[in-house]
Amino acid sequence: MKEREKPVHGDDNPKPREVKRRLKSTKRISRRKRLEFEEVELPLQVAIIGGGVAGMEAASVLTEHRCPVILFEARPELGVNVKNKYKIFPDFSDAGRLVETMTKAMDHPLITVNKDTEIVEIIREPDAYTLLDNKGVPHTVPAVLLASGYEPFDAKRKEELGFGIYEGVINSLQLEDMLREHKVLNSLGEDPRRIVFLQCVGSRDEKVGNHYCSKICCITAVKQAIEVKRQLPDTEVYVFYMDLRLWGQGYEELYREAQEQYSVRFVRGRISEAASTFDGRVQIKSEDTLLGQPLKMVTDLLVLMIGMEASPGTQKLGKTCGLEGPYGFVRSKSPHLEDNLSDKPGFFLAGTCKRPMHIAEAVNDGRAAALEIIKYLRK
Amino acid sequence: MTTKKHYWNEYQKEIADDKYFYERSCIRQTFFPGSETAFLRILKEELGKDILDVENQHTCTGIGFYSDIVPLETTMTIVARLFSLMTEAGYENYVPSCVTSFGVFSEIVDLWEHQPDMLEKARKILFETTGRTFELPKNIAHPSDIIYKFREELKEKMRYRLVNRFTGRPLKVVEHIGCHYAKIFPDKGVGKAEFPHVLAGMIESWGGEVVDYPERRHCCGFGFRQYVVRANRGYSVANSKKKFESMQPYEPDFIVTNCPGCTMFMDKWQYTIAEMEHKTYDKKGYGIPVLTYEEMAGLLLGYDPWELGLQLHQVQSERLLDKLGIHYDPNEKYKSVSGRILPNPEKPQYLRV
Amino acid sequence: MADFGFSISKPQSIDTNDMDVGRLQALEAKVPSFKRCINCGACTATCSAGQFGGFNIRRIHNLYRWDQRKGLEKELQQCMLCGKCTLVCPRGVNLRYLIIRLRKALADNK
Repeated sequence: MKEREKPVHGDDNPKPREVKRRLKSTKRISRRKRLEFEEVELPLQVAIIGGGVAGMEAASVLTEHRCPVILFEARPELGVNVKNKYKIFPDFSDAGRLVETMTKAMDHPLITVNKDTEIVEIIREPDAYTLLDNKGVPHTVPAVLLASGYEPFDAKRKEELGFGIYEGVINSLQLEDMLREHKVLNSLGEDPRRIVFLQCVGSRDEKVGNHYCSKICCITAVKQAIEVKRQLPDTEVYVFYMDLRLWGQGYEELYREAQEQYSVRFVRGRISEAASTFDGRVQIKSEDTLLGQPLKMVTDLLVLMIGMEASPGTQKLGKTCGLEGPYGFVRSKSPHLEDNLSDKPGFFLAGTCKRPMHIAEAVNDGRAAALEIIKYLRK
Repeated sequence: MTTKKHYWNEYQKEIADDKYFYERSCIRQTFFPGSETAFLRILKEELGKDILDVENQHTCTGIGFYSDIVPLETTMTIVARLFSLMTEAGYENYVPSCVTSFGVFSEIVDLWEHQPDMLEKARKILFETTGRTFELPKNIAHPSDIIYKFREELKEKMRYRLVNRFTGRPLKVVEHIGCHYAKIFPDKGVGKAEFPHVLAGMIESWGGEVVDYPERRHCCGFGFRQYVVRANRGYSVANSKKKFESMQPYEPDFIVTNCPGCTMFMDKWQYTIAEMEHKTYDKKGYGIPVLTYEEMAGLLLGYDPWELGLQLHQVQSERLLDKLGIHYDPNEKYKSVSGRILPNPEKPQYLRV
Repeated sequence: MADFGFSISKPQSIDTNDMDVGRLQALEAKVPSFKRCINCGACTATCSAGQFGGFNIRRIHNLYRWDQRKGLEKELQQCMLCGKCTLVCPRGVNLRYLIIRLRKALADNK
């Protein structure tokens, strides 16, 4: 991160001295009118980088505290990663509706949403930060929340699995689309006789440089397997796993339900190769490691459970801000009590820019970060 | 199932343009001797390249090395001597004919990069025993890489295409890549390890269609001690058999490989399987012809099939030549270099020739 | 035939394309709790027969899942039906009954 004494700024942005003065006035207000403070609009703007669920939740909480927010989203839409899902575990609630509710809350007088806007540079000023967007506009604010999120793993990098080569090999997001449309079909447009899920694609794999567990894929496969069986009761469903990590509330029960009610078959073993067959299906090779025997299977669809990686924005901003953590995620000050803080005062972190999280975790993390920001601004 | 073939060739390795030092293969000269001659002819006559083929060369020890009967130090010194021949001749681009040699050289050079003391050791032993010194090559490329690189230029000169003249449709070609081409160092192979594009690129450029069958990436089973020891050969042949069974429904017109072991065994095991189990993998009992990429290129360039040495393969190629529309004289098939007509070889009991 | 001095090795891997899923489904219909197995191996660990005869009930039912039935009937004779496996199972699989049904299924499906 660049640091400078004398910043450049746009017309609409406060000069550092002004920022300082406002900060001081905030302090005065907070000292004098501690009780009424919640009612008083903070004259300061907080910049949130990333309009995913963590960023949006943080924005909502900040406005509840009368704090103006400027939100930057690199993509044309808010909440895309969650919106790309159909139903979410463990209660099969509607992902689209969740995002819709959150997006609606962004329509608030204290929130300015800048879509298609990427932050390309962050400059640290005395007591403030200047963010430069891709249109060349600077925004100077006393506090920044980085919520630049994750990106689904590109399964093409696992070339042996044939993603991007064989039509029958799809990723878990493509299956979400099929489930939403109620059109889970093989590459010939027929009802699949068999569907195979493969866990840990892009996670726990040294070959792609990711030693970590993405932690949502196990339960996602269980959820998707159940959805497939609900839509297509006659389809055989197999899940190939290295370990099953069903750690959240209700996850183990869902796993049990998948086995018992839906006859989903779980096989411990990693698929090492996928190829097309003469009749347009997919042949896979794996080992049943619980038997110690290799096996061969032909399936209509091979669904790759892709993990989470730091988004390009996270990687870039993490690097330029000197907050680069493992695997391109950003590093918080401490994972226990200061997980929303960075080692730079006024620079906060939330959501999957730090590590893989499920939706509720990311939402909670955004909320927690907002409260840390309020705490900081009141000081 | 639609395959998106364009994806395979995203990765391109570095292949030198000219001035190659050629190193011959031990078994290729015995089993398909026309291939190396064809390669040199293609490079010199068709492409006008400078390629040196010296006479005082020798084995790379590959088979012995991978069978664990030649120690590392010996192999290192042998590699060092071959490099010294290149250095002395004033060349920098090393081109080993055999895929296993390519593996040996890549592996030894990699070892030396990681353990410079081993490089020093090799230099010392070589100098003490032969008085020779050497430089490391600037580029190591397999001959199939070079043919791949110039495939479009060669296409311009070709008289034939990989097209069935009776049906007008592309010939269906199974391509098989030697394990040591890209599985040891994926970066050293065109298209990397899982979908090497080196032979597929030639086939597609020259009018054929690549057969993408389920066991495409399975090893041919050649191994080293696996076929050297007779008792292990059942395992070796079973791997080839698995491939044949998998490719059979696609009715391939021929197989092309870039490895001496694969060419030899995918060819000869078809005889073994036919004689043992009375099974062949084409409809008429002749088996599927197996060519080297030089033979494939040579045929399309209009070289004489018998000069290319196709009669030395186990599975005979006349039916393929007919499909390609290539003229050949049956009477010339078994003619020696001096022009003498040699007796016809004994016929197998089950495999038709 | 020419004597080659060796024969072609047979495939060792499980070819799931040859399996009849119906057989497994029939067993699961009789013993629904079987579906819940998580392969923890508590059954095998506690098995009296397993301590002396190499009997491995977990391995047996896993083979049966892939319709690999060869040799299973004989192996199942080692079970003394003491029922300890059923007692220790964390997923409530009725293993004792599973063994009885497996024996019957294997005898009927020769």
